[in-house]
Amino acid sequence: MKLPINVTVNGETWPLDVEPNEILLDVLRNRVGAKGAKIGCERGDCGTCTILLDGRSVRSCLMLAVEADGHEITTIEGIPDNGVLSALQDLFISHNSFQCGFCAPGIVLGAHELLRDNPNPSRYDVQHALAGNLCRCTGYEPIIDAVLEAAGEDRS
Amino acid sequence: MAIAHQFAYHKAATLDEAVEVLTRAGPTARVLAGGTDLVPWMRDDAVHPETVVDIKAIDALDEISLEGDHLYLGPLVTFSDLLTSELVADRLPILREMADTVASPGIRNRATVAGNICSAVPSCDAGPTLLVLEASVAVLGPNGARTVPIEEWFVGPRQTALEQGEVVTGLSIPIPDQPHGAIYLKLQRYEGEDLSQAGVTVLVTGNNVFRIAFGAVGPVPSRAHEIERFLAGRALSDGLIAEAQHLVLGAISPITDMRATREYRARICEVMLDRGLRAAVSRRDGNGPAYGTRLI
Repeated sequence: MKLPINVTVNGETWPLDVEPNEILLDVLRNRVGAKGAKIGCERGDCGTCTILLDGRSVRSCLMLAVEADGHEITTIEGIPDNGVLSALQDLFISHNSFQCGFCAPGIVLGAHELLRDNPNPSRYDVQHALAGNLCRCTGYEPIIDAVLEAAGEDRS
Repeated sequence: MAIAHQFAYHKAATLDEAVEVLTRAGPTARVLAGGTDLVPWMRDDAVHPETVVDIKAIDALDEISLEGDHLYLGPLVTFSDLLTSELVADRLPILREMADTVASPGIRNRATVAGNICSAVPSCDAGPTLLVLEASVAVLGPNGARTVPIEEWFVGPRQTALEQGEVVTGLSIPIPDQPHGAIYLKLQRYEGEDLSQAGVTVLVTGNNVFRIAFGAVGPVPSRAHEIERFLAGRALSDGLIAEAQHLVLGAISPITDMRATREYRARICEVMLDRGLRAAVSRRDGNGPAYGTRLI
């Protein structure tokens, strides 16, 4: 039986009818069109489906769509401000942090959450915060460097 | 990909309503809190609830509070809540240390402590620590409220003392007498989502009374009472620790799986007991590594 939900995605309210067995990740991609949330392992192990739910990172593959009723979601599409990338995103580009880019949406969102909660992270803090976001291309170093530089810019 | 089977989703407004729906829905019904275990289990076809009862709309279930000499955790307290609670940091920093080892922020923001012990996988991180703290689990069911000591909670892999129609309503954790020291050591192949290969929590109070529990090395997380009795009242020494290590094999029953072999788990538990005993005592005495420091 379909259930009506109201979910806000990147500032826009979406009234949707969902089945209880629908996964939030699928609804975001196929109904809302927010394809920046990637389908990876679909069991919470890889972090590519990361979104912000009421400002906190969660795995959208581990949520029923109906659980998002009444909540605010930010996907990677909601991070740029009127098409202008965040300072952190610019640093990911200048550090050549990503290669294939599949992990990038999850890592950008996770790093934004980290810098909001801990504006002055150590290298370990960055590694610890992003430990659940797998990247199979880069070896993580240019990703961590970019986050640390973003933190430094915020401090200055 | 959607979950293969259909089920009814019920968002409960009160705990009483949750119990009523769970009771009416029969033995397959499941409580949904963080969902970080239940959702992938449903997708894997490991569980097939006909009804899922979401308790997240119920007010005030995410409270952490002090009740006399007990710390109370509501059933929706997440691992991230443990990490940000000043009360936890001040009174039971071992809970914070444990929470920091659980998966990653994307899981910790969602996964609840109560859900962790309801899922009751042998490697559950909350298990050994709640065992040494001698927590009790408050549940509400069709026959009213009752309290289950944590040592009677874990019945088997993914099996608990929770009966049909019951829901966890909170955890009550006695705060040990001061001074005390504790440590949770968790071995995993990589930081992040990997589950524990072996885990041990050690707690020591001022009169050298030790409480020790292992996780991921038996069908359920369990206390090591024989080792505790051997160590009780005695000051740690290299010799005493070596003798205690001989008792580890009697306290655990590890298996071989993709994370580690039985033999490796047995040996590493001896090493972890050694480090855990020393660190717990040094923390009690005020000269140990800060809580959260990784010692393995």
